[in-house]
Amino acid sequence: MKNYKTIAMIVVATSILLIIANCNQNATTTGSGALTGSAAQKVFVPPGEHDEFYAFMSGGFSGQLAVHGLPSGRLFKVVPVFSVDAEKAYGFNEETKPMLETSYGFIPWDDSHHPDLSQTNGVIDGRWCFINANNTPRIARISLKTFETEEIIELPNSAGNHSSAFVTENTEYVVAGTRFSVPVPQRDMSIDEYKGNFKGAVSFIKIHPETGRMSLEFQILMPGFNYDLAHPGRGKSHGWMFFSTYNTEEAATLLEVNASQNDKDFIAAINWKKAEEFIKAGKYKNMPTLYAHNVYDESTHSATSTMIKEVKTLDPSELPGLVYFMPTPKSPHGCDVDPSGEYIVGSGKLAAALTVHSFSKMTAAIEAKDFDSQAYGIPILSFDATLAGTVKQPGLGPLHTEFDGKGNAYTTFFISSEVVKWKLGTWEVLDRKPTYYSVGHLMIPGGNSQKPFGKYVVALNKITKDRYIPTGPEVCQSAQLYDISGDKMELLLDFPTLGEPHYAAGCPASLIEPNQTKIYKLEDNNHPYVTKSEKDAKVVRNGKDVHVYMTMIRSHFAPDNIEGIKTGDRVYFHVTNLEQDYDVPHGISMIGANTSELLIMPGQTETFVWEPKRVGVWPFYCTDFCSALHQEMQGYVRVSPPNSNIALSWTLDGEAL
Amino acid sequence: MRKSKLLMIIGPLFLLGLFVMPMWNITLEAPQYPEPLGMDIWINKIADHNPNDLKNINLMNHYVGMKEIPEHIGEFDIFPVVVVVMMALGLLIAFIGNYRWYLGWFILVALLGSVGMYDFYIWEYDYGHNLDPKAAIKFLDEDGNPMAYQPPLIGSKTILNFTAHSYPMMGAYMLFIGMLLSLAAFIVGLKEENQNQATL
Repeated sequence: MKNYKTIAMIVVATSILLIIANCNQNATTTGSGALTGSAAQKVFVPPGEHDEFYAFMSGGFSGQLAVHGLPSGRLFKVVPVFSVDAEKAYGFNEETKPMLETSYGFIPWDDSHHPDLSQTNGVIDGRWCFINANNTPRIARISLKTFETEEIIELPNSAGNHSSAFVTENTEYVVAGTRFSVPVPQRDMSIDEYKGNFKGAVSFIKIHPETGRMSLEFQILMPGFNYDLAHPGRGKSHGWMFFSTYNTEEAATLLEVNASQNDKDFIAAINWKKAEEFIKAGKYKNMPTLYAHNVYDESTHSATSTMIKEVKTLDPSELPGLVYFMPTPKSPHGCDVDPSGEYIVGSGKLAAALTVHSFSKMTAAIEAKDFDSQAYGIPILSFDATLAGTVKQPGLGPLHTEFDGKGNAYTTFFISSEVVKWKLGTWEVLDRKPTYYSVGHLMIPGGNSQKPFGKYVVALNKITKDRYIPTGPEVCQSAQLYDISGDKMELLLDFPTLGEPHYAAGCPASLIEPNQTKIYKLEDNNHPYVTKSEKDAKVVRNGKDVHVYMTMIRSHFAPDNIEGIKTGDRVYFHVTNLEQDYDVPHGISMIGANTSELLIMPGQTETFVWEPKRVGVWPFYCTDFCSALHQEMQGYVRVSPPNSNIALSWTLDGEAL
Repeated sequence: MRKSKLLMIIGPLFLLGLFVMPMWNITLEAPQYPEPLGMDIWINKIADHNPNDLKNINLMNHYVGMKEIPEHIGEFDIFPVVVVVMMALGLLIAFIGNYRWYLGWFILVALLGSVGMYDFYIWEYDYGHNLDPKAAIKFLDEDGNPMAYQPPLIGSKTILNFTAHSYPMMGAYMLFIGMLLSLAAFIVGLKEENQNQATL
C-alpha cells in the first residue's frame, strides 16, 4: 500500500515538473523570431477563412501580376497582363490577341515591375490595379472586379518603362517615366552624340474617373537622364510628382562606372497641375508618333487594338515652373513620399546616408529662387535648402521606403540585406531585421497612399539560395512577411513568388471582396459570335472559313458531332459557356490545334482557330473538370479531303440542332 | 360597425398578400453550394430565389433524370382567379352575410387550400418519381427500388448530397392570417349574438 502511495506521489510530482518546464519553454521562445508558435499563429488562416489583405505582386520577368493573400502568403491567381498565358488562352484566343498588339506588332512577353492601386482622396479604393511593362513600354489596367486585364496603353518616346506605374491621389493620372533616354523622335544617329540630344519622356496617362479608361494626355520631354522610380505627392504635395534620376552624367556606355561619377544626381519634382495649365494654354507641341491602345470590352468579351499617331509634348526648358531638380546623393533609386506628403525620401543606392527632402522647404526654396544652377534650363535647387534630414549610417545600399502611417518609415538595404525601421522627423534608427536575401522593394498595404495599413510589411527579395527545397539551378523567387504592429519587427513567414517580384501593392480584402463579378450574365453577352441557347448552335461555311457556333453546359457541347469539314479549312470555334453558376468554367481543346485551350467563364464566349491538316475523325473535350460527367464532355469532328461532297452537318444526340 | 364584421372585412384582404409575396419556398443545400439554391412558388409562377437558381436546380436534376421545373403550369392560370373570387366572396359575406357565413368562408378557403396542397404534393411526387429512363445517374434506395427525389411537402429531408427544405413563405402566412381572422370573426360574431340574446 505504502509503495503505491510513493509511486503515485512520484508520478504527480513528475507531472507537475513537466508542466512547469513546458510553461517555461513557452515563456522563453515567445517573441524570439520565426521559430515561435506565435509567428505560426499569426500567419495561419484556418481552412475556409479568408486572408485579411490582398497583395498584388509584380510577376517580374513573367510579365504577369500575382495575387497573394496576407498574412498567409498563399498565391490565388496569376493575372495574365503582358505575357501570353496558355492556361487562360490569353494572347491565344481571338478575343485577347489584340491586347498584346504594339506599334512593333504582337509581342508575347514583357517584364512587369510596379503595380499600384487606384485611389480616391488619397485612400486606396479597390477599383483597379495598374502595372508597367518595362521592356516595350506599356501600362496595363486590371479590373479588381474581374481580376482581368482590361486595357493596355503603349508609351511612345519611352524606353525601359521603369519609373511606372504610379497613381496620383485621386487617380487623375498614372505616371510613367523612362529609364533609358533615347532620341525623340527616334532617328538614325551616333550613340556618341547622346549627351544633350537624347530625351527622357515622362508620360501622364489620364484615367477616366468612372470607367478607368486610359488616354495618354501629355508627355514631358526631360533631359537625357535615367528616370528610375517615382511617387506622387499627396495631401499638401498633391499636384506634384517626384522622380529619382541617375546617369545625370549622360553616359551611354559602361554606365556602372560612367553613371556613378557625380556626387549628386537629382530628384525631379514635376508640377503636373502646372503642366495642365500649359496644356490648356496651348503651350504644347503635337508630335507625330505611333502607339497602340488596347481595350478589352466586358460586354463583347473581346479586345480591340487601335493605333494612335500623335502625342502632346511639353518642353520643360521652355516652360518655367514645370520642373525643379533637388540634388540627391549618389544615384538615388527609390523615391518615396510619406503619408502626409511632406517628406520625399531619396535612397542614394551608392550613398552612406538616406536623404530626406522636405516639400515645404522645397516650395520655400522655389519661392526664394534658391537655385544652385540649372540643367537644360531647369532650375537646380540648393541641396541644403530642401533637405529635411538624413538618416545616418542606416545600412548599405538603400533602395526603397514604405510608411506605416504611425510616423515610422521602413527602408530596404540591398547590400546589407535588411529592413531598417526609422522615425520620420528625428531620423533615428529604431530597429533592423535581416532579409533572406538581398531585398529589393518592400510593401505595406496602402503604402503609396495617405492611409497605410501598418500591420505587415512584405520584403521582396532578389535571391533565395538555400531558403527552400532546391529546384535545380533556377530556384524560386521569394517574399518575406514581417509583423510591424509592435515596436520591433518580427519575421513571420517566407513564401515563394512568381518571376522576380519587384514591387507590390496591397489593401484590405474588404475593399475588393464585396464587388466581385461571379458570373457574366448571358443576356448581357454581346460577342458577335455568341450562341445563347443550344437551339441557336450552328456551323456556317464561308469559303474556306468555317464558323462553329457552339455552346457548353454540364456536361456536353452542342453540337458535339460535326461533319463536312475539309483539310485546308480554317475552323473558328466560337464557344459560349451557357452556365450561370459561380465557379463553373468549362474548357475546350482540339487534338492537333496549333493553339492553347480555351478556359471560358460562365456567360462568356471565346474563340480558337483550328486548321485541320489530316483527314480523319478528331476529338475535342472539356479541359476543366466541371461535373461528375466531365469525362463524358467531348465531341468529334469529321475531316474529309478538300474535294469531298460531305454536307456540313452538326448534331447533338443524333439530332440536328 | 360590429367587431365581427370589421374582422371579416380585414380577413379576406390579407389574401392580397399572395400577389406580392411568394407563398412557398424549396431550398437545396449542399457542400458545393455555400449559397443554397432556392425556388420560390408564387400564386402564378415559380421563380428564382436568387438569380439563376432554377436553371441551376434543373442542371443538377437532369443528372438523375428529373424533368425541368417549368416557370408556368396550368394551375397558375387558376390559382389567381380562385384567390380573387374567394376574396370577393369574403367581402360580400362580410357586408351582407351573417356570422355563420363567416365560418362557411373559412371552411371553403381551408378546403381549397388543402386541394392546393394536394396538387402541390402530386406535382412534387411526379417530379421526384417520374424520371427519364435514360438518366445518367440511377440510384436505388435501401429496398432496391429506384430512388425517388421528391422534396418534402413541408419540412426538411436529405436527398443524396442535398438537404431539401420546403416551407411556407410570407404569402402563405398572409393567407393563414386572413383565414384566422375570418375564424375570429365567426367566434366574435357568435359572442355578439349571445350577448344580444342575453340583453333581450
